[in-house]
Parts: sequence; structure tokens; C-alpha cells
Amino acid sequence: MTETGAALVLRGVRHVWPNGIEALADLDLVLADGSFTALVGPSGCGKSTTLRIAAGLLAPSAGEVRRAPDGPGAVAVVFQDPVLLPWTHVLGNIALPLRLLGLPRAERERRALDALRLVGLDSALHLHPDELSGGMRMRVSVARALATEPRLLLMDEPFAALDEITRFALDTELLRLWVQRRFTVLFVTHSVYEAVFLAERVLVMSPRPGRIVREIPVDEPHPRARAFRASVRFAALCGEVLEALEAAGGDP
Amino acid sequence: MSGRAADRLLRTAVLAALLLLWEGLVRLYEVPHWLVPGPLAVAAELWRAREVLLPALAVTLGTALLALVVAVGAAVTLGVLAVLSRLLEYAILPVAVTLQVVPVVAVAPVILVYVERVETALVLCAALVAFFPVLANTITGLERIDPEQRDLFRLYGASRWQELLWLRLPAALPYILAGIRVAGTLALVGAVVAEFAAGTAGEQAGLAFRILESGWRLRIARMYAALVLLAAAGLLLHGLLRQGERLMLRRLHLAAREEARPSSST
Ligand SMILES: Nc1ncnc2c1ncn2[C@@H]1O[C@H](COP(=O)(O)OP(=O)(O)OP(=O)(O)O)[C@@H](O)[C@H]1O
Ligand SMILES: [Mg+2]
Repeated sequence: MTETGAALVLRGVRHVWPNGIEALADLDLVLADGSFTALVGPSGCGKSTTLRIAAGLLAPSAGEVRRAPDGPGAVAVVFQDPVLLPWTHVLGNIALPLRLLGLPRAERERRALDALRLVGLDSALHLHPDELSGGMRMRVSVARALATEPRLLLMDEPFAALDEITRFALDTELLRLWVQRRFTVLFVTHSVYEAVFLAERVLVMSPRPGRIVREIPVDEPHPRARAFRASVRFAALCGEVLEALEAAGGDP
Repeated sequence: MSGRAADRLLRTAVLAALLLLWEGLVRLYEVPHWLVPGPLAVAAELWRAREVLLPALAVTLGTALLALVVAVGAAVTLGVLAVLSRLLEYAILPVAVTLQVVPVVAVAPVILVYVERVETALVLCAALVAFFPVLANTITGLERIDPEQRDLFRLYGASRWQELLWLRLPAALPYILAGIRVAGTLALVGAVVAEFAAGTAGEQAGLAFRILESGWRLRIARMYAALVLLAAAGLLLHGLLRQGERLMLRRLHLAAREEARPSSST
């Protein structure tokens, strides 16, 4: 893939933790602007490490990281846990990034309310995190990530802790938002089915030290119909990803 | 009946039984009241000496409360500074620990030498005792933040001040409040110990002086009455601080899940 017009480029990235564990070895990753990429790999292979490096939260031991555009607000992360501040309500949580970026109050509220509407939580704006269900909390986390209108959205198994039905609902919503806004997404997941349903491209990582060993394109136009999940092609693609995982030497 | 009410009833019953036993033993063995007074004699003395004891209690409580305010202000400020700068942490902590291990009875005479106003010296002594748990808890709370919340702040380029005001301080609040609760009773202890060391008489005499005075005059029942008053004040202070802590944590949605749950009824 070409690097011009890429939203994220990782070149020859290697990461060794202070305790000597080599998490990543020579990882290359290019995300085209506006693309949706899923990253699957066995547990402990370095997916979260890759994401943290991509977000700029962790400096790699070696290699090159480029984001375009860069700077606070251009990149957002959705962690596996919602990571909400318990002492402030939903609106305050969603407005936090805007506040940290120094936006004036009126602008903050307007944008936070917009983000809240995107995830369908406008009725909960004055509730606190301990008054929300797990699914609602994750929605707030997604809304907070979208509040700054980032160009690059990094998601680390965001819906893994949710039940199947809620997870599917959130997957569908995420796709709808992505089709509307076309930000670049890197979506880490343990679920092969989720990866194939969401992404234009599924990347498969090897066990630790992690590298990307396979790239499987999913040529199904967006927005994707529910029927896609029940199609033979969907099953075949999932089978292909599973095989690649097995060939790489690990379970998802 | 809720579990909490049953608990309270049980506690009252145990206390009443102990008092009854005390009164019974004193009567049974005909212990002279100037040696060990029974609870009834103590209660009677408490009433008789109320015009001496209550003002004394007010003085001691006043010292303790003022000391608590001073201690909390200083400890939280220094805790924040210690977390903001490693250098300051290295400067503050050894001094704080040293002050903590030297007993206040030993420090009080030194302070009394340098501080002219006795009231000020007493407040300083009591504040010294109350200071450490608040400082230790403030530092622990400010430093023990969720790494992912911290990542979130870093992602948006938060400044140290933003991180302090919007993340560290609110996250540390449960720790700080727990420290204040402990410091409250320590301030009272510190005030009494300092009064003993100072031995102030006259208008500004606190409970400690009244206990000493009663001892000299062999008014044993009055000593007991003063002690009862002191214990009651300590319990009340502790209870109030704990209640305030609970309310504040609940209001800020920082109460542990356990507490938010309604207590099971029996
Ligand atoms: N802070 C750390 N210090 C030392 N080693 C770490 C640290 N964080 C992760 N590791 C190690 O790095 C490797 C990769 O961890 P990482 O969290 O990136 O895996 P992952 O692919 O996200 O796994 P999972 O799918 O279970 O979330 C693991 O072997 C882990 O033990
Ligand atoms: Mg992970």
C-alpha cells in the first residue's frame, strides 16, 4: 500500500518492554485515509501495544511512526474498558477532550451534545457512569472519542465485554457513523466474525513477538446489510481468517 | 428491621450491660466512691460540674477543630506539591515522617518555648499530630490513578495542572477524606496531650487541665466525668466526619459499589 495519503504509517516498529519481553518485532502497518482495518491475533501478541504506539501513548524501541494529521484531537482511542470519570455526568465525560483542548464552554456543549446524539444517548446526558449499563457506558466512551471529530480512531477490543446483542448493535452503529464521516479506523478484536463484518481489510498478527503475517481484504460494499452476516461468502472469509491465525501459530 | 438498626440496638445493649455490671460491682463490693465511682455517681458529677466541664470541653474541641483545619490545609497543599515535584517530595517526606515518629508530648515543650501565645502553641501541637495521615493519604491518592485515565488525559495533551485538577484531585478525594476522618480524632488526642504539657489554668483551661486539677484535689468522680465527656466528644467528632465523608462520596458518585447497595433487611 502506498504511504502518501496514509492516515497512519508504522515502519519497522519493534518494541521491547523493560522486563525484556519483546512484544513487537519489525511491524509494518499502513492505514489509508478513511479506511476501516481490523487487527486480529492471538492473545498477548502485541495488539494493544501496537495501538498504544499508534496513538502516541508509547514510544517504540525502534522504528518509525507517522500520523497525518497529528496533534491532540486528531487521534482518539476507545479502550476495552470505557474509562469514564465516575465523578462527572455523561455530558461532562464526553466534553472532557474538548475541555482539555481548551474549547470555549458553549462550543464544548454543542459538540458534546452532537456526539451524544450520534450514539443515541441524548436522554442520559445528566446521568453518572455508575447509573449506566455496560452498553451505555461503552456508547459514552465512543461518543467521547468522536467528540473532537478525530481523523484516526483506534479501538482496542471496545465491545469485547458486552453481550452478543449489544455488541452487534454497537458494531452496526459504528459502521453507520463511519460511513457518514469516513474517519480512519483501526479496530482490534478477538472476534473473527466481528472483524470480517466490520472491516474492509483484516490484518492477522503472529504470536509474540508480533508481526503482521496476513492481509485479507473483505470486498463487501458498505453499508453492509444484515444478510452479509448470514452469507456463504461471510463464512468463507471467516474461515480464511481463522486459517491464517492457525497458520501463524495461535488461537484468536 | 434493617441490619443497621439491629446493629445499633446490639451495640447499645452491650454498652448498657457493661455499665450495669460496673455499677453492680461497685455496689456489691462497696468500693468507696473516691476510689472508683460507679456510673451513676459519674453521671451525677457530670451534671454537678457542668459549668466547669462544658466550657473546658469547648476549649479543647476548639483547639482540636482549628488544628484539624490547619493540618488538612497544610497536608493537602504539601501533598499536591510533593506529587508535582519529585524534589519537593524528597524534601517534605523525611521531615513529615520525623515529625510523626517524635511523640507530641516531647515536642510540645519545645513549641511552647518559641510560640508566645499558648493557644497558638496548642493548636500547632495538635495540628502536628493530625497532619501526617492526611499527607500520607493525599500523596497515595494523587499518585494512585488509573493508568488508562491518565492515558486519556495524555492523548489530548493535558497539562500538569489540568491533570491535577480534573483527574488526580477528584480521584484522590476518597483517600483524602479517609485521612481527614483519622486526623479528626488524632487532633483531639493531640489537643489534650498538648494541654497536659502546657498545663494551662484559668479562663482558657481545657479538659486536660480539669482532669489534672481533679486529680490533685482527689475528685475522682470529676476525673471520670471529664474522661467521659472527652470520649463522647471524640466519638461524636469521628461520627460526624464519617457521615460527611459518606455524603460527599455519594454525591460525587465515588462511593464504593458496596455502599451504594441498599442494606439487606432481616
Ligand atoms: N507494561 C508492560 N510491561 C511489560 N510487558 C508488557 C506490558 N504490557 C504488555 N506486556 C507484554 O507484551 C506482550 C503484548 O501485550 P499486549 O497487551 O500488546 O497484547 P495483546 O495482543 O493486546 O493481548 P490481548 O489480546 O490479550 O489483549 C504481552 O506478552 C505482555 O506480557
Ligand atoms: Mg490487548
